[in-house]
Amino acid sequence: MIEIQNVSKNFGKLEVLKHIDLTCEAGQCIALIGPNGCGKTTLIKCILGMVIPTEGNIRFKGKDISNDYAYRHDIGYMPQVGRYPDNMTIGQVFDMIRDIRSVKETLDEELVEKFALRDMREKKMRTLSGGTVQKVSASLSFLFTPEVLILDEPTAGLDPLASEILKEKIIREKGKGKLVLITSHLLSELDDLVTHIIMMQEGEIRFFMPVTELKNATHTDSLAKAITHILKRDDV
Amino acid sequence: MFNKIQKFIFSDILNNRIILAYTLLLAVLSWSVFNIEDDGNKGVLTLLNIILLTTPLVSIIFTAIYLYNSAEFIELLLSQPVNRGKIWTGLFLGLLSSLVFAFLLGAGIPIIIYVRGSIGLILLGTGLMITAIFVSLGFLCTILTRDKARGIGISILLWLFFSLLFDGLVLFLLFQFAEYPIEHAMVGVTALNPIDLARIFIILQLDVSAMLGYTGAIFKDFFGTGLGAAIGFLLLCLWVMIPFLISRRMFIRKDL
Amino acid sequence: MPVGLNVISVVSWLVCVLLMTGPKGYGNVCHVGSGYAYSSVKAAIEAAQKGDTIYVHGGTYQEGNILIDKRLALIGLELPVLDGQKKYEIVSIKADSVLLTGFRIQHSGRASLDDPGGIKVYDSKHVHIINNHLYDNFFGIYLQYSQQCIVKDNILEAFGQEEQEIGNGIHCWKSEDLQIIGNTITGHRDGIYFEFVYRSVVWRNISSDNLRYGLHFMFSHDDAYITNIFRNNGAGVAVMFTKNVKMFNNTFEDNWGDAATGLLLKEISDSYLFNNRFLRNTSGVYMEGTNRIRVEKNVFRSNGWGMKIQASCADNEILHNNFIGNTFDIGTNGSLVLNSFDGNYWDKYEGYDLNKDQVGDVPYRPLSVFSVIVEQNPPAMLLYRSFIVTLLDRSERIIPTLTPDNFIDNMPKMSAFPL
Repeated sequence: MIEIQNVSKNFGKLEVLKHIDLTCEAGQCIALIGPNGCGKTTLIKCILGMVIPTEGNIRFKGKDISNDYAYRHDIGYMPQVGRYPDNMTIGQVFDMIRDIRSVKETLDEELVEKFALRDMREKKMRTLSGGTVQKVSASLSFLFTPEVLILDEPTAGLDPLASEILKEKIIREKGKGKLVLITSHLLSELDDLVTHIIMMQEGEIRFFMPVTELKNATHTDSLAKAITHILKRDDV
Repeated sequence: MFNKIQKFIFSDILNNRIILAYTLLLAVLSWSVFNIEDDGNKGVLTLLNIILLTTPLVSIIFTAIYLYNSAEFIELLLSQPVNRGKIWTGLFLGLLSSLVFAFLLGAGIPIIIYVRGSIGLILLGTGLMITAIFVSLGFLCTILTRDKARGIGISILLWLFFSLLFDGLVLFLLFQFAEYPIEHAMVGVTALNPIDLARIFIILQLDVSAMLGYTGAIFKDFFGTGLGAAIGFLLLCLWVMIPFLISRRMFIRKDL
Repeated sequence: MPVGLNVISVVSWLVCVLLMTGPKGYGNVCHVGSGYAYSSVKAAIEAAQKGDTIYVHGGTYQEGNILIDKRLALIGLELPVLDGQKKYEIVSIKADSVLLTGFRIQHSGRASLDDPGGIKVYDSKHVHIINNHLYDNFFGIYLQYSQQCIVKDNILEAFGQEEQEIGNGIHCWKSEDLQIIGNTITGHRDGIYFEFVYRSVVWRNISSDNLRYGLHFMFSHDDAYITNIFRNNGAGVAVMFTKNVKMFNNTFEDNWGDAATGLLLKEISDSYLFNNRFLRNTSGVYMEGTNRIRVEKNVFRSNGWGMKIQASCADNEILHNNFIGNTFDIGTNGSLVLNSFDGNYWDKYEGYDLNKDQVGDVPYRPLSVFSVIVEQNPPAMLLYRSFIVTLLDRSERIIPTLTPDNFIDNMPKMSAFPL
């Protein structure tokens, strides 16, 4: 579904991504992990076309994404910190994104309902708490039933209840054969969610493997332990 | 597609307090100018000064601040299936139309009521062009640097340059080359500054144009003709187009 | 102006009639016109005796040059037309005490060598030219070497396009004791022209839309012009190389244009400018080489420059005037100030009056720094009304550095004089 071929990105002298090769398929739920500044967000932004790679290319469903924007119809993106025009209401934001997408088909409003956003339609974005803004972002990313979901720290700022709702939603969507890409620091949260894991370090992919394989290799039963195990092994 | 973005920006800005204050300021100033000055021409001149001072300042700084504050929103838009160029154009048209709306509401109504004939229309048109030019320059400032404080600093500097420093430079050149016949050249130089071009263009429509003397006559000889007026208008249009198109080009290539 | 005679000409006509029909008897009366004794004005003059009266009835008389060389009264009835066919000087007066009234005199010759005019008076005294309509002539009324003449209530209309292709309206040269009263002059080169004319008065004339000056004074001393209106002339009014002129109650308005001036004073001394109004002129008054002039109780309103006073002027007193709504109240080209400016009203004055004596407590500086800059560097006018100029003027007003120190009104009035 997404093929990343030899992608590098430099910000000035700083090499943020170094010759990344990666192929993600439908039905996978991939956790993108790594220390701060390892290039996770840059990689995601490359896929979204927000950052333009210095070299290499990215294909979405077999088509090169440079100079294209229509492919983003199939992507739902939830940013780490969503910010919206202050004076718009929640309803207006939803309407606007729908307008921009010119969507005719039915919408997936499950999250809107579960987060009870419908009752807050008239509230201005300015007045919302950080958590509510995250709920809006999450709802928006799922709204258009995209084939690919890219979620940047989705549970950060959400209360445990909302967090649970979101996780269940992700699991359901994964079940429908969608590709889900998640970055997170909270490894424990990802445990029952992800099928694959990508570990990035200093702009390179350390490894990309199914979770089961990882657990077997490290003889652990949780993701967090497996990762810690690997990191410790590195230190030796 | 971009007109949807424009529409949303427009309605967003209309609720903005700064724009509300700007509209009110223009309205209060214009109404009081026309009520105090019994001579219509004098009123036009006073209002011209007010417009040439406030409109560029508000246009460029508001544009810069709004764009910086919308950085994440722009990111959100970018994650949607929308062409980058269209997003930028939509933002531009949204900002421009709301500032134009504020200008028309604040200054336009009194101008139409109090200023008879073509001068009123020219004054309005000039105000709108100046708005467009400085919104466009605001877009350029914003794209030049990621840092909000620096970007706003640059936009204030640009405003200061066109409002004050440029004319200071003209004055300096005039005295440096006082021995030479530089009138034609100076008229050309002055026309490069949109604020000066607008100011002289309006003054030439009024009786006080005789005050401009020989240089005014040169100016009038050129910009008073149909061709000259067209060139003047074209110059203003270029001031709108070029900074915006540069910023658009940079935006399309920018990493966010 | 209605066709026919107005009150004054009726009166003068009655006087003539009285003189002619009175018991003493005075000269003879003859009539010119179709059906009358003479059909030609020239023939009637030829036949007339000194002191006779000739009535000319309605009709057009194309008789080339009509010479009046004896004391006669020529009175037009029903506005007879004397037509010069653009070839001749129409009426030449070479005798004392001639009366010419009630004619329409049109289309004089154009040649500029001998300055042909509608009416020309040569070396004569007591000539009265009253209530005529001069239409499309090269010069209108031309007086030379004449004394005690009256030019009154005439209308002079011409249609000059270029200064050198048209003469002056009322042109007076080397004459004395003239009275130019109540005439209306348009479309000539100079409306009224005085050169070497002494002890004369110009009163209640309207001179407008002339190509050069509404009134042009040169080398003419001891004259007065009072209650005239000079409007929209090419360059306003010029008074040059003259002393002892009184200028009262005149209105100088709408003399807009590059080099236009309401009143140009050049090499004038010992004169008095009182109660005039200068409205909407590029410069209200322009003074050059002007000494000992008193400028009192005038109104300067809506001019580009209220007064332009060149450095060559000295000992002038400018007092009790109103300066209202001028772009620049005063302009000058030098830093030497030998004139006084006390006790005027300046609408740009921003001072205060704590003791309520109607005199501002801080002096006013009528010279703005921008006007100094423009005087040194005229193209700088391009920055007129720009932000930098406002800023310069403001800062100069607080800390004067560029403008002359003594260019100052120490007693600025708080409110305008009722003028």
